[in-house]
Amino acid sequence: MKTGGSLSIWFFVGVSLAVNGAVILATGLYELSSPPEHAVVLRNLHANIWWGALLFVLGLYFSIRYSPARERARLAGNS
Amino acid sequence: MNPALLLLSSSTLVHLSPVDLVIIVFYFALVLAIGLYLKEQANTGEDFFMAGREMTAWVAGLAFLSANLGSLELMGWAGNSYKYGILAAHWYWIGAIPAMLFLALVMMPFYHICKTHSVPGYLKLRFGPGAQAISSVSFAFMTVLMSGINMYAMAVVMKVVLGWDLNFSILISSITVAIYVALGGLRSAIFNEVLQFFLIWAGALLIPILGLIEAGGWDGMKAKIFQNLSEMHVANPGAYTHAWSTLGHFSDNPMGINWVGIVFGLGAVISMGYWTTDFLVVQRVLAAKDLRSAKLAPIIGAAFKMMVPFIVILPGLLGLALLRDPQGHLLRLVPADLAWSPAGQAQGLHGYDEVLPLMLARYCGPGLLGLGITALVAGFMSGMAGNVSAFTTVWTYDIYGALINKNASDESKVKMGRWVTIIGVVISIGTAYLVMNAQSIMDYVQELFSFFIAPLFGTVILGMLWKRATPAGGWAGLLAGTLSSVGMYTWVKLDHSAVRYVALSMDAQDQAQNMFRALWCCSICVIVTVVVSYLTRPKPDSELKDLVYGLTPLPPEEHVSMFHSPLFWGAVVAVAFIVLQIIFW
Repeated sequence: MKTGGSLSIWFFVGVSLAVNGAVILATGLYELSSPPEHAVVLRNLHANIWWGALLFVLGLYFSIRYSPARERARLAGNS
Repeated sequence: MNPALLLLSSSTLVHLSPVDLVIIVFYFALVLAIGLYLKEQANTGEDFFMAGREMTAWVAGLAFLSANLGSLELMGWAGNSYKYGILAAHWYWIGAIPAMLFLALVMMPFYHICKTHSVPGYLKLRFGPGAQAISSVSFAFMTVLMSGINMYAMAVVMKVVLGWDLNFSILISSITVAIYVALGGLRSAIFNEVLQFFLIWAGALLIPILGLIEAGGWDGMKAKIFQNLSEMHVANPGAYTHAWSTLGHFSDNPMGINWVGIVFGLGAVISMGYWTTDFLVVQRVLAAKDLRSAKLAPIIGAAFKMMVPFIVILPGLLGLALLRDPQGHLLRLVPADLAWSPAGQAQGLHGYDEVLPLMLARYCGPGLLGLGITALVAGFMSGMAGNVSAFTTVWTYDIYGALINKNASDESKVKMGRWVTIIGVVISIGTAYLVMNAQSIMDYVQELFSFFIAPLFGTVILGMLWKRATPAGGWAGLLAGTLSSVGMYTWVKLDHSAVRYVALSMDAQDQAQNMFRALWCCSICVIVTVVVSYLTRPKPDSELKDLVYGLTPLPPEEHVSMFHSPLFWGAVVAVAFIVLQIIFW
């Protein structure tokens, strides 16, 4: 898939999801020990922990699967 | 402006934490980095305006959908679902899926084979420069105007929701879009649209999930909506959760529409016009690398489009079921002009369009809130980038290249494209400030824009499927359809009782009027095109090769497995679409 040099769009998507997921997950874990002043509805479900973890894992998968090194190797294999 | 100043006053809807700001700033940094990275790959006209025509089906399909998810789509349709109930989902189902499949399986081969750069470019090949001029000038004008109007609308929402300064929102978002589109052209716009697609889902999907948990599932939500609307003495409270069963008569549903308006006005005209001829979305599919990808892209877009109601319509319905004020009373949202007026603000009223941010604030704490706001900003920016990149292409190829400098070199077109991107953004900013001083313009132009595409669909579809359509017929039909849409709109504005003629019922609300007006102006376009065509000399068949059905040798279908066949996936999407209609009947 040649969609713009050795960096695939899916790599950017992966980085974005991984960074956002990590920040949200870390915030959720921090809130376990320091609950926020204004609690949101259904706070007991700790959505920021599992949603952040999900985004992080998904982002990590995309980042590795479409990493620049792998893309360069794939493009070299195709040419 | 210091980011700390963006932290909110107590009167705003949500309060951002430093973690939220980190997520938002990271998003802006990433989209600019993508633009810078792609600059080196936008050196020729094909690269800059058509992304090299090398996009895969997935990339083109997601960008095709994301360009439409922009502007006020997310908050606007969530607000519409609060106002009209599940009827708003028709704009994602019958108002999109059949048209997207039609584009994929019937129209895409013509666009792809004639190698046009734009929809006005196709009209030039088929009907001559007259139809191209009407289409390109009206499209360029309306696109840049719409971009500014949406920019202003975004800034207003950001002010109400976050307390951000209007000038700050307008400048930051427009400068960012100008930089990444001017640097990387359509490829950069498409890359960012795919990124924005994921961010929109990541930021918005949690709301319906948590909302359904709180409401006790779909049945619990329906029961709560029925109870709340009954308490508020709303007529037909059960109609808010049924998509088709209340469309027998205008007065049986909150939109004041019947099935004729939905099926023919929305499904057959407005939707077909938008998804098959609006260059803003079609440009993304034209960038596909081959015909099979070009056919698969709208099908992939359609599959995801069917699911968008989950993050747009469902939060609106959940708002009807769950939102209460701090005292525990039912929270009743009101029209935006009332909510955002000084009196409305003093009473703490909220507009329909605020239902999504209200639900976001209900469930999302630090971090998640930043992601949700990023999703909204990403939606606005993808829509704006779509408008700007489409405007740039139509200006460069269909106005500058066709009318001003017919011998322009490829290099000068790219240079022109970069400058026009910036000029387009500057004009958009000017438009944003124009509507700031005359807000009624905003409503008028947004509605009128949707009417221009209804006659355009009539012209394009006759051009593709009927070889007897002549250049004079195409030009006259397009002009008559466009003028009649403006005429009907003006008639109703001057004399509201005309609604009974234009929309067949005085019960018809704004959306219902739009559907019927589109139906009539498209019909007028078709009738005028047919009559004038029979009165004028047709083009010889040799000049219509690759432009008209029956005279275009379509390449044989590739021998691919069933799971790679556009026809197979088109059928899967069609079946899923029908099942959804039955479930939510």
